[in-house]
Amino acid sequence: MSLDTIPEARRQIEICNACRYCEGYCAVFPAITRQKAFADGDITQLANLCHNCRGCYYACQYTEPHEFALNLPRALAEVRTESWEDFAVPAPLARVFQRHGVALAGLLVLAVAVMVLLARGGGRTFYDVIPHGVLVAIFLPAFLAPLAVIGVSLRRYWRKVGGGPVRLAHVVSAARSAGRMRNLDGGQGQGCNFEKEERFSNARRAMHQAVMWGFLLCFASTLSGTVLHYLGWPAPYGPFSVPKLFGVPGGLLLTLGAVGLAALKPKGDRGLGDPAVWGGEMAFVLLLALTGGSGLLLYAVTGTGLVAPVFALHLGAVMTLFLLMPYSKMVHGFFRFAALVRDAQGR
Amino acid sequence: MTWDLVVIGGGNAALCAAITAAEAGCRVIVLEGAPKPYRGGNSRHTRNFRCMHRGPLSVLTDEYGEDEYYEDLLKVTKGQTDEALARLAIRGSEESLPWMEAHGVRFQPSLSGTLSLSRTNAFFLGGGKALVNAYYACAEDLGITVVYEAQVSHVAMDNGLFEGVDVAVAGGPIERIAGRACVIASGGFQSDVDWLARAWGPAARNFLIRGTPYNRGVVLKDMLDQGAESVGDPTQCHAVAIDGRAPKFDGGIVTRLDCVPFSVVVNRDGKRFYDEGEDVWPKRYAIWGRLVAAQPDQVAYSVIDSRSLDLFMPSVFPPVVADTVEELGAKLGIDGSALAATVTEFNAACREGAFRPQELDGLSTEDLDPPKTNWARPITDPPFYGYSLRPGVTFTYLGLKVDRNAQVAGPEGNYPNIWAAGETMAGSILGQGYLAGFGMTIGTVFGRIAGREAAAYVA
Ligand SMILES: Cc1cc2nc3c(=O)[nH]c(=O)nc-3n(C[C@H](O)[C@H](O)[C@H](O)COP(=O)(O)OP(=O)(O)OC[C@H]3O[C@@H](n4cnc5c(N)ncnc54)[C@H](O)[C@@H]3O)c2cc1C
Ligand code: SF4
Ligand code: SF4
Repeated sequence: MSLDTIPEARRQIEICNACRYCEGYCAVFPAITRQKAFADGDITQLANLCHNCRGCYYACQYTEPHEFALNLPRALAEVRTESWEDFAVPAPLARVFQRHGVALAGLLVLAVAVMVLLARGGGRTFYDVIPHGVLVAIFLPAFLAPLAVIGVSLRRYWRKVGGGPVRLAHVVSAARSAGRMRNLDGGQGQGCNFEKEERFSNARRAMHQAVMWGFLLCFASTLSGTVLHYLGWPAPYGPFSVPKLFGVPGGLLLTLGAVGLAALKPKGDRGLGDPAVWGGEMAFVLLLALTGGSGLLLYAVTGTGLVAPVFALHLGAVMTLFLLMPYSKMVHGFFRFAALVRDAQGR
Repeated sequence: MTWDLVVIGGGNAALCAAITAAEAGCRVIVLEGAPKPYRGGNSRHTRNFRCMHRGPLSVLTDEYGEDEYYEDLLKVTKGQTDEALARLAIRGSEESLPWMEAHGVRFQPSLSGTLSLSRTNAFFLGGGKALVNAYYACAEDLGITVVYEAQVSHVAMDNGLFEGVDVAVAGGPIERIAGRACVIASGGFQSDVDWLARAWGPAARNFLIRGTPYNRGVVLKDMLDQGAESVGDPTQCHAVAIDGRAPKFDGGIVTRLDCVPFSVVVNRDGKRFYDEGEDVWPKRYAIWGRLVAAQPDQVAYSVIDSRSLDLFMPSVFPPVVADTVEELGAKLGIDGSALAATVTEFNAACREGAFRPQELDGLSTEDLDPPKTNWARPITDPPFYGYSLRPGVTFTYLGLKVDRNAQVAGPEGNYPNIWAAGETMAGSILGQGYLAGFGMTIGTVFGRIAGREAAAYVA
């Protein structure tokens, strides 16, 4: 497997290794300075370690029109895109959904339609709309199968980047970094250069963390709801129940964060990422907003006649999100985490 | 309309002056000759700032006092400095660092491979371009007007009193911008290769210019033609040995080569010409600029074997590789058998002993002329690697004479409303040689002084 974007990234990385001015921005540069020659796997690892904060673009004295034509954020973004497509099973699905927002929208419409067909109409709670057993029968495989597929991709990644046996310390280090999104903080907490060009801002970092923590809280909410169900305490849950205590703040964070990311995205320079996946990324962020937003709405309409349509919308969004985990921007979280673990091993 | 202050140039010195004056209430226009992507002159290629400090300060450890700093300066300039101005710059550096931080500059601990500077030099996070960006953002917030591609060709005076500048914006017609005061911060003349060749000799046409192509000395020449007093040797430039494959202009820091001490260096004819192991590289890279400049065609070739490849910072271009020394010579474009003979002779002159790359190991050749006095390990293990070397000019020494208020000296005393800062006046402090990080110190300290004095004048 040889990717055509790798030679260009290697060319730029070798210039950076002779320069090193950006050493303080993120984990990528210290990793570069630990090496002198870069195999394809090394480039793939560096690309997945890069969080596209863009600090190294605006600080670089060699950006175009200089003949060295440095644009490391873009070069690494393009390697990332290709690596996720190459590691995906089957690869063509990733090619379609990473690059085409329309494809994602199409799948969403389809998923919502299926949910509408499954819905039995009226009822006060959503289990009246679709019984719990049916939900589990559909969503459990729809969640676990993509996860298994991602597991295969990650194994391919691990082999490619020459990862070793994972120890707890590596995982802790990676979790620390991801939990605070350290690689978007500019090295000193000033943030990234996404939407304000050479000025720094923590807006993207904050929105990203809202989405990440919001998503995890929503997930915890669903999980706790399932557990309660099997303990014989079915939905609906009151405002101070465990599922709601996770779900409401989680939904708010997820929705606000995703809306925030969507608002920031057009302000950033498309040429500093991989322009080919801009649409796919935007569609994915909007899907996250829809998932969170429809979940909150569902809570708001409990007991009204709107439960059935809103529930179908929400389930359609969740289903799309699950199914596309290995093939959409969602997969970045897994690869990023793997890259952080690998980086901890190299230090 | 008449500006309070016209600043010529858009590098570190210019921005420090502009920001200081604007904070004192002046309406300031900055005329940067380069287009926006190249703004910031040579300042955008820098990495650190040499700073005096009496105790730990920001990222700087320990202490670095005025006298030690001054001693270091004396060593490199061999006494060719103006003590009063030099001490002013040194003392000013200490309070400049917090000022820089307050205006958006971020520092980081010294870069990997530069630990020897961690006490004396504060490194910029992201390098000089990040510093320049921070100052431009600051200038924008202060309402300073910045014009890019604004080539100043003439400083207009009436009887020594500054009136305005003649400038062509984006290749347009020459227009007059009027001002009540002027700060000149437009660097040296090293990018005018014809001037360099007139000053140094025709060999200078083969030199590479490490920094911006926009420092052509136009304003410097205009001022000198009008009778301004000069400082610094007009024929000299600071040149170091860099990768011979670097671009003609603007190759910056990455084109440096650190392989020389571990190599054998030959000229176009395959002959050695100087002791490669005289001292550690940071103390020798500057003299190698002159050594290479004195060789035929101003080119040299540095040859190592596979054992030495990992002993120095990686080069920006991959080395030329070959399985035999002779083949390497041919690939480098010189006489392979001459190179092989030189290497064989060198190898025969090497003696037994411990090779210690991190220090002066005293591992010297015997009966070889010129000798190699450290790190003389035979070149025997293929593959062999070669790099070409050329002189790379950092800056020129000729400049405007200023006093301790950065005021420029004219034929009849100081011009009342013209100040200068940065490389364009550095010749009085750095008459010879170079001290790493001192260029930014001079620019920052004198830029701030110039801004302060100009603001006081127009107030
Ligand atoms: C590769 C390299 C690395 C260096 N590293 C360091 C370092 O780490 N630390 C250090 O202290 N020093 C370093 N130096 C030296 C340092 O760059 C200079 O001392 C310093 O930048 C000088 O600042 P300045 O503002 O005087 O000039 P510059 O930053 O060069 O600015 C001159 C400005 O004037 C403009 N200009 C020129 N002519 C005209 C005109 N006719 N009209 C309008 N504008 C004009 C230019 O476009 C430019 O913006 C380095 C130099 C090089 C080349
Ligand atoms: S991005 Fe540019 S400034 Fe940063 S390390 Fe690379 S070459 Fe140097
Ligand atoms: S874009 Fe940011 S995270 Fe990526 S390499 Fe550059 S500085 Fe590091």
